[in-house]
Amino acid sequence: MLYVSDLSVSIGTRADFTDIVSSVSFEIGKGEILGLVGESGCGKSMTSLAVMGLLPEGGPWVRTGRAELAGFDVIHLPPYRRVESGHGGIAMIFQEPMSSLNPVMKIGEQIEEAIRVHERLSGDALTRKARELLELVRIPDAALQLGAYPHQLSGGMRQRVMIAIALACRPQVLIADEPTTALDVTVQTQILSLLRELCDSMGLAILFITHDLGVVAQLVDRVAVMYAGRIVETAAVAQMFERPAHPYTEALMSCLPDPARFSRRLTTIPGQAAKPGQVKQGCEFAPRCRQAVEICVADAVPYAQLSHDHRALCRFPLVEPRP
Amino acid sequence: MGSYALHRTASAVATLAAASVVIFFFMHLVPGDPLYVLLGDTATPDQVDALRAKFGLDQPIVVQYFRWLANVARGDFGTSIFFQAPVARVIRDGAETSILLASITMIWITLIGVPVGVIAAMRHGSWLDQSLSGVAMLLASIPTFWVGLYLILVFAAWLGWLPSSGYPSIFEQGGLANLHYLLLPSLTLAAPNAALILRLTRASMLDVAREDYVRTARAKGIRPMRVIFRHILRNALLAVVSAFGFTFAALISEAVVTETVFALPGIGQLVVQSILRRDYPVIQGIILVTVVLYLVVNLLVDLSYRFLDPRVELQ
Amino acid sequence: MSGGLRSQLVPFARRPIASLGLVVLVCIVAAAVLAPLIAPYDPSRIEPIARLQPPNAAHWFGTDQFGRDIFSRVVYGSRLALLIGVGVVSFALITGVPAGVLSALFPRFGRVMMRVIDVLMAFPALLLALSLIVILGRGVSNAILAIGVVYLTTTSRITYGLALRLRTETYVEAANSMGAGAVWTIRKHILPNLISPLLVQASFVFAFAQLSAASLDFLGLGAPPEIPSWGNMLAEGRIFITRAPWLLFFPGLSIAITAFSLNLVGDALRDRVDPRFREMLSGNRR
Repeated sequence: MLYVSDLSVSIGTRADFTDIVSSVSFEIGKGEILGLVGESGCGKSMTSLAVMGLLPEGGPWVRTGRAELAGFDVIHLPPYRRVESGHGGIAMIFQEPMSSLNPVMKIGEQIEEAIRVHERLSGDALTRKARELLELVRIPDAALQLGAYPHQLSGGMRQRVMIAIALACRPQVLIADEPTTALDVTVQTQILSLLRELCDSMGLAILFITHDLGVVAQLVDRVAVMYAGRIVETAAVAQMFERPAHPYTEALMSCLPDPARFSRRLTTIPGQAAKPGQVKQGCEFAPRCRQAVEICVADAVPYAQLSHDHRALCRFPLVEPRP
Repeated sequence: MGSYALHRTASAVATLAAASVVIFFFMHLVPGDPLYVLLGDTATPDQVDALRAKFGLDQPIVVQYFRWLANVARGDFGTSIFFQAPVARVIRDGAETSILLASITMIWITLIGVPVGVIAAMRHGSWLDQSLSGVAMLLASIPTFWVGLYLILVFAAWLGWLPSSGYPSIFEQGGLANLHYLLLPSLTLAAPNAALILRLTRASMLDVAREDYVRTARAKGIRPMRVIFRHILRNALLAVVSAFGFTFAALISEAVVTETVFALPGIGQLVVQSILRRDYPVIQGIILVTVVLYLVVNLLVDLSYRFLDPRVELQ
Repeated sequence: MSGGLRSQLVPFARRPIASLGLVVLVCIVAAAVLAPLIAPYDPSRIEPIARLQPPNAAHWFGTDQFGRDIFSRVVYGSRLALLIGVGVVSFALITGVPAGVLSALFPRFGRVMMRVIDVLMAFPALLLALSLIVILGRGVSNAILAIGVVYLTTTSRITYGLALRLRTETYVEAANSMGAGAVWTIRKHILPNLISPLLVQASFVFAFAQLSAASLDFLGLGAPPEIPSWGNMLAEGRIFITRAPWLLFFPGLSIAITAFSLNLVGDALRDRVDPRFREMLSGNRR
């Protein structure tokens, strides 16, 4: 479905640039949910904005890479151009549902606006379709809510509306940038199960960005872990939790409080997360890595392909490669 | 509507009441015996006695205030010393010119300020944007009467295209024949305010463009033009509308000077001449009318917010 | 937290136009201070023979209807301009800031105070100033007072808004929970954060004061005719506009340049101010 290869997003000029996202590659298949995980500032949001074509004017820009949707590279096209060229199949939902909806427009109008971009509907048919979408995302009293304004809805409902708007764009791929971070835990579970349902029933491919490993465990099929602008490990979710290959991933897992050993001190990773571009040479994680040696700091790190769906950006992966 | 409108109206009425007290006391703060202030130095003892009785000036000040208020409510603002005519009529005579001038000026301000501000915001950072912003700041800094005087010099004296002063009423010749008398004055008056509206529109649009919902709109695949008008401008205008009340006040203030420069027989010139002639009843009347008008305009702007911004329910 | 005066110069480092504004202002101050040295003639010296001369070698800006050298008058006029500006800004700050801060910290007082300000603001700026002039009479100090009252309203409103925001900042609450008293809070937390926004406000008020004072002078209700004032020069020269357009040009240009430079400076300073406070500073009366 979505095939991203060698994506680099930079700031500065062509002559003097700094990569904030470096050589990111991943793919998501139909009906699959890929989690993009990492700490704040590691480049997850930038990656998603770049794939969506929403990088702000005058800000960070795509230096290299492709984002292929059904074989067509859309990386350099903003969304409206993608629609024009018939490749508008990626939709996105964002973190803050309150500020992500136009406060002076009714919900129904905002959904209809999205529908009209992708379909030739008008009048009653348009309104009906909007209502159907609201029902699809399980908003009660859908017909009534069409005339509501964003500030009249709760956070969870607003996020559902965002999902409805995204679905109105008839996507094959949905990018969800921390959609539940701003919501209560109970609401969070509802949204997550809604997403899973949509994924299964519509065959959506979902790129789910989060820093919450609990959510990852609940929802996601495969995981890509980001650190300092690079993807350091890609694996199936079970693999990642049980036998991670990259030292950073392992460190992350060990930070999770273990209910079985309640009284033990919480583990932390020493030092601070490196910003993209901060480490000039060698592996970005080396300064904090428990098994780093000189060559890790000196030379660029190669990818280790550990199995057909397990990769790690490490010279000494913690897991043996399997053919 | 309901609670917000009520609350806001009550607030305006309260402010008006307090202001009316201040205006009432204006007469007593002016140097000199209020009676002679009202009648002028040439008053005869009979007139003085009559006025004293009429205003009940031997009564406590509070009673005087309410008497004055009652008179005002009936439309009796007193008598002009200079014109020896009811103040209300004197003001009404000047009102036509001033209202017309203000209206035309508001049209210029809106038609020039808002679109140019939008264009500047759309071309943010370009040389067009920077020069427009620079010109706007320049216009907002220049004394209007200076511009007015030079406009008279160029267009009236040198080119002879437009009249330099005065304004015969449009009702004289019927139709809009004499509106060109108001062309230069309205442009002069409009310039600095259009500049402010321009900058406000531009700033507001740039702020709104950074909002998350604009990003959502783009993500939907909507064309840039529609994003600009339906999403950015629509929200940016909220800030601009709220500036209209205060622009109105600025117009009133500056019209005083502009009418003097162009010798327009409006209320602005009336105020200045009344000050020079010590025609206090007229001054007081004009202040009262202006304050009422200003408060009403502000109230209307605030109430209109309810229609423009659905988030506004209560305070 | 905002720093002292030094750090206020930062926004000028990268903006040539704003720096130009600052330079112009320095020149104007220099002209005011050094007037006796710079002006080639006594500004009040009447020379009927040389009346209404266009700019020439002897009189760079020409002469007016009494034969007075315009250049000298413009130079001396800068003194009044500065005096008005400093006077109005001082008055507005000295009255407006305490009013605003105290209103924010003591809500009951605040309600009353802000009502009073509301009433004052019900009068359009120039009319309010004119009313005060009628009561007080003409003259420079009365003009300063009248215009000062106009701008104390906006200053106190803005200070009130700023202080309210600051009061609810978490660090103030933290300080209060540790037992800090009102005076301490004001000194340590509120006032330092007010410096930047108020400096911006001061620049704009200074600029608008110039225009208001010029308007008053032009109407004959400000400075007396003996004092060289740019506004007075415009009022006097008005009738000669067709015969001697230069009479109006230089005084008017001086007012414009002064106000413009102040606006530039104010703008540059405003960009440096915390974004939360920025929106409160954009509205101003004229």
